Amino acid sequence: MSPQALSALWLSLKVSMVATALVALVGIPIAYLLARRRFWGHAVVDTLVTLPLILPPTVTGYYLIVLLGRRGILGAPLYAATGFTVAFTWYAAAIAATVMALPLLVRTAAAAIASVDRELEKAAFTLGRSEWRTALEVTLPLARNGILAGLVLAFARALGEFGATLMLAGNIPGKTQTVPLSIYTAVQTGESHEALLLVGLLTGLSCAVVVAAGRLGARAQ
Amino acid sequence: MSRAVILLLALLVTPATAAAQELNLSVAVSMKEAVEELARGFAAGRPGVMLRFNLGASGELQRQIEAGAPVDLFVSAAQRQMDELEKAGLIVASSRRAFARNVLTVIKPADSRFDISKPGDLLDPRVKRIVIGNPKTVPVGQYSEESLRALGLWERIQPRLILAENVRQALDYVVRGEVDAGFVYTTDAAMRAGRVAETFRPSEDTYRPIVYPAAVMAASRQQALARSFIEFLVSREGQVVLARLGFQPAPPGAR
Repeated sequence: MSPQALSALWLSLKVSMVATALVALVGIPIAYLLARRRFWGHAVVDTLVTLPLILPPTVTGYYLIVLLGRRGILGAPLYAATGFTVAFTWYAAAIAATVMALPLLVRTAAAAIASVDRELEKAAFTLGRSEWRTALEVTLPLARNGILAGLVLAFARALGEFGATLMLAGNIPGKTQTVPLSIYTAVQTGESHEALLLVGLLTGLSCAVVVAAGRLGARAQ
Repeated sequence: MSRAVILLLALLVTPATAAAQELNLSVAVSMKEAVEELARGFAAGRPGVMLRFNLGASGELQRQIEAGAPVDLFVSAAQRQMDELEKAGLIVASSRRAFARNVLTVIKPADSRFDISKPGDLLDPRVKRIVIGNPKTVPVGQYSEESLRALGLWERIQPRLILAENVRQALDYVVRGEVDAGFVYTTDAAMRAGRVAETFRPSEDTYRPIVYPAAVMAASRQQALARSFIEFLVSREGQVVLARLGFQPAPPGAR
């Protein structure tokens, strides 16, 4: 394997792991709120979180540029204050992967949380537990397999992210060139051996992920 | 109802009614406006003729042709891609003509605060990001690399390089202010004159002449029509359009 392919693989794993951690941090609370609370803006949050799943990745990528580009809504003040820009760094790849993977976790985890028997939660309330502690000690542990399955799917989605990453992070070997981007470049430049190797690698990883998610999902039933 | 569905399906599977003669052109994206305008002039005198464009980096278009893309005519922004296709026997060698020439320039966002007026200024620590086309597939990137190597800047500039998929993406990064400087053709810089500012032009002896060749594909079924389009490119009428958009005539003897 060429050094470039190795660095793409390492970058992909790093980006996917960071993205999965961010997805867990942001996504599990959102999934809980969506499954257990009725609040003003419920449908809005639900729609916003799901959109990256439905929209073409280029559209999501465009929104991310508008938001985080050097002249973006958040990007401009950040650049003015620190001289730092997210675009074209590996952080950009991680952010793009996070946004694209979030719906998979939120959907799966919300369904798992919604299926937890409410009587058990009520019992915990009766025994004097706050909602916060009930969620942590009863609801989330019971929904554990569904949440894990969602995280596995999110990891796989992050690993395969292409369009939004290309737009926000660019395609810079050694810096932002993840495995999918590396495959794209290898095909563009006629390096078919390199492409084949990376394609095989990504296919194998994805199969493993689907099997893992399926097992976790089955146990959750 | 079912009849309507069948009709709709029939419509979907029937190939779109083709113009009497359709010419598919794969065109280096830096030639976009020029070829579109030339095509209008070409089609105006030929009723029933329709031209379709596939725009991209020349290296990308080359790969598509090698993979069997149904293309009648290829316009490349560099001779290298055309040479490789010629070697592979994919173009009609006798149809190949160089028809325009371009010049490399370095641009910055119009509102840039940095003073860039010579190659060495690109090493100013405040100039953090410089976009060039990906030298693997994008001719403007190949010329930029040659020039930067000749100027002795290539190694030192590496950490600042952002690679674009084609010259218009490089231009767009500068327009959006995502990068501090970028290497494009003078004709591209002119496209967005209000949004970008030219800084300096690398000396023309630091890179190979930027020559645009066009050729008919060996697999084309529109050989005669494709050849007449190339004749139109090198005709006086064609050259006037190209000159107005900032292209120079091809150097004598180039093909």
